[in-house]
Amino acid sequence: MSVTPALDLRGIGKSFGPVKVLDDVSFSAYPGEITALVGDNGAGKSTLVNCIGGVHPPDSGEYRFEGRRVRVHSPRDASLLGIEIVHQDLALCENLDIVQNLFLGREQRNGLTLDEDMMEEIARTTLSGLAVRTLGSARRPISTLSGGQRQIVAIARAVLLDNKVVILDEPTAALGIAQSQQILEVVRRLADKGLAVVLISHNINDVFAVSDRIAALYLGRMVAQVRTADVTHRQVVELITRGTGGEVGLRR
Amino acid sequence: MPTDIPRQKKDAVMKLADTDFATDRREHDVRSAALDYWNKLKAGELGALPAILGLAALVVLFTSLKPDTFLSKANVANLSTQALPITILAMGLVFVLLVGEIDLSAGVASGLSASVMAKLLVDGGQPWYVTIISAVATGIIIGTVIGWLVSVLRIPSFVVTLAFFLGLQGITLRLIGEGGTVPVRDDVIVAIATKNMPIWLGWALAVACSLGYTATLLLRWRRQHVRGLHSKPLEFVLAQSAVVAAALLISTYVLSLDRAPSPLITLGGIPWGVLLVGILLIVCTFVLGRTSYGRHIYAVGGNAEAARRAGINVARIRISVFMIGSGLAAVSGIVAASRLNSVATDAGGGNTLLYAVGAAVIGGTSLFGGRGKARDAVLGGLVIAIIENGLGLLGTKAYLSFLITGVVLLLAATMDALARRRRTAAGR
Ligand SMILES: Nc1ncnc2c1ncn2[C@@H]1O[C@H](COP(=O)(O)OP(=O)(O)O)[C@@H](O)[C@H]1O
Ligand SMILES: [Mg+2]
Repeated sequence: MSVTPALDLRGIGKSFGPVKVLDDVSFSAYPGEITALVGDNGAGKSTLVNCIGGVHPPDSGEYRFEGRRVRVHSPRDASLLGIEIVHQDLALCENLDIVQNLFLGREQRNGLTLDEDMMEEIARTTLSGLAVRTLGSARRPISTLSGGQRQIVAIARAVLLDNKVVILDEPTAALGIAQSQQILEVVRRLADKGLAVVLISHNINDVFAVSDRIAALYLGRMVAQVRTADVTHRQVVELITRGTGGEVGLRR
Repeated sequence: MPTDIPRQKKDAVMKLADTDFATDRREHDVRSAALDYWNKLKAGELGALPAILGLAALVVLFTSLKPDTFLSKANVANLSTQALPITILAMGLVFVLLVGEIDLSAGVASGLSASVMAKLLVDGGQPWYVTIISAVATGIIIGTVIGWLVSVLRIPSFVVTLAFFLGLQGITLRLIGEGGTVPVRDDVIVAIATKNMPIWLGWALAVACSLGYTATLLLRWRRQHVRGLHSKPLEFVLAQSAVVAAALLISTYVLSLDRAPSPLITLGGIPWGVLLVGILLIVCTFVLGRTSYGRHIYAVGGNAEAARRAGINVARIRISVFMIGSGLAAVSGIVAASRLNSVATDAGGGNTLLYAVGAAVIGGTSLFGGRGKARDAVLGGLVIAIIENGLGLLGTKAYLSFLITGVVLLLAATMDALARRRRTAAGR
C-alpha cells in the first residue's frame, strides 16, 4: 500500500551565486512518520529546510504538497499550507508567558480585546496533548523556563494550529540527556498524531531511537532515503561521512 | 447500573488527569500566595513595590521635615498639578522604553508643541481646540519622523533623538524669539491645570472608578476560577481593589476640602488635569494590556527577531511607539503651559526629560525593553514631583536638587539592572 507523502520534493536545485548548495535533491516526508534528515556540517540540511519553508525558494525542481504541485515562495505560503519550522534558535519572547508566546502574532480576539481565557485553554489542551507535565503553570514567563521547557514551548507553537508538517532543526543540540529524551518523546508523539515530522539531528543514536526513515545529504546531494529499520548505525555514519555505505548510497 | 460516563466527559476527565498545570489549579490560600509573591520578588519581578515603598518613605520624610506645609491642603493640590506634565511625558516614554528604544527629545518636543499652540492662540487668534489639535499633531509628526529614522534607516534612537533634542530647541527658539515667552490666556487651556472640577463630580468619578475597578477584577477572577484557569487568590484581588479604592477616595477627600487662603472664598475639588491623566492611564493600560497591538509592543521589546518571525510588522510597531511618545509629549507640553500660563523658549528643556525617564523607571519600566506598564508613569511621576516639591519647601540649593535627583535616577536604574540580572539567573 502506498501512502501519498505529505511533502514530496523532486530534483531540487539551489545555488548561492556560483556555489551549488543543493543538486538534484529529492526528499519526501510521510504523515505519521518521523523522517530524520542527516548530513555533515555544510551538507545543505538547513538550506533544504529553508527551501521547504519558503525562506529561500528553490531554483529548480518540483514541490508537491499532499500530492498537489504548489508554489512556496515565502514563509507565509508554507504557513498557509500547514508547514511549520522550529528553528534552532528558538526565538521566544522571554518577557512574555507561555500562553502569550504560543499565540504571538495570531492572538485570539473577542472584538477589540484579547481573549486570554480562550488562549489559555487552547494552550493547555495543546500542551497536554504533548503530554507535557513539567511546566507547572501555563502562565509562567519564558525567562523562568529551562532549555528543554523552552524547546517544548517552541514545538507547541508549531503544532498549535492544525499543521500537517513540522520541521525541527536540531531540537536536542543544546540539551542534556534527560531533556533530550523528553523532547524526543514529544517528537514521537507528534508523528503518532498523524503529522509528518522532519527531524534534523547530528546524534545517530537519537535518529535510530525515534525515526522511521532516514534521508542523508552529502555535499548537497541526497545519497540515500531509506527506512531506518533497513540500515545499521555504521552504514548511516558512512553515508554522512563518505556519501556511501554498504549497498546503499551514492551510485558512482 | 454500569457507570455510563458520556464519551465527552470521559475525555475531559482523561485530560484533567493528563494535564499537570498544578500551580494553576491549586487552591491558593493566603500563605501560599504570599510565598509565591515572595518568590517572584526574589526572582526580580518587583512590580510596583519599589515605587510604593519610595512614595511612602518620601511622604514620611518630608512630613517630618516640614510638618506644617508638606501635607497642607494647598500643597497637596499643588503637588497633584506639579506631577501632571511629568506623568504624561513619562507615560509616552513608557511606550518607547517598552520596545527597548529611548526618546531624548520628548521634553523639547513637548516644548515645541506647546509653543505652536501658544503662537496660534496669540498671533493666529485661533480657538482653543484648533490650537490643541495643532500641538498634538506637531508632536505626532515629530514622532513619525523619529520613528522612521530609527526603524527604517536603523539609526540608533539615542543618536536620532539627541539630534532632535538640539534641533527642536532651535525651532522653538526661532518660533518664540530669543529669551521670550508667549502668554497663554485662553480660558479652556488655562483651566486644565489650574481649575478644579465641581466637588460632586469629583466624588462621583472617584466612586465610579473604585466600583468599576473592583468589579473588573472580581469578574475576571470569577471567570478564571470557573474555567479553572490561572488566577490570583481572591484575598489578593480584594486587597488590591481595597488599596486602589482607598487611594482614590482619600485623595478625593483631601482635594475636596476647602483650601482657600482666605475664609471669604472657597477653593476645592480635583484639578481637571488629574482627570486627564486618569483617562490617559485607563486608555494606555487598556491598549498595552488588552489588545494585540499592545502585546506586539511587548514582543518587539522582548525579542524583535521572534516578533518578526511571528509575522509582526516590527518597523510599524517601532514607528507607532515614537508617535505615541511624542504625541503624549505634546499633551504634556499643553498641560505645562496651562499650569504656567505661558510658554518660554526653554519649555521642556533642562532636566524635564530626565525627570520623565526617571519617573518611568522608578515606576518599574525597564530600560532594557519589554517590561513596564502605564501606571509606572503615575507612580514614578508622583515620586519625582514629591522630591521636587519637598526640596522646594526645604529651600534646598539648586546644586543639591540636581545632585539628589541624579542619585534617585541612578538608584532606579541600578534596581532595574539588578532585577534584570536576577531574572536571567532565574531561568536555567
Ligand atoms: N545564504 C547563503 N549564501 C551563500 N552560501 C550559503 C548560504 N547558506 C548556506 N550556504 C552554503 O551552503 C552550504 C550548505 O549550508 P547549510 O545548508 O547551512 O548546511 P547544513 O545545515 O547541512 O550544515 C554551505 O557550504 C554554506 O556555506
Ligand atoms: Mg544547519
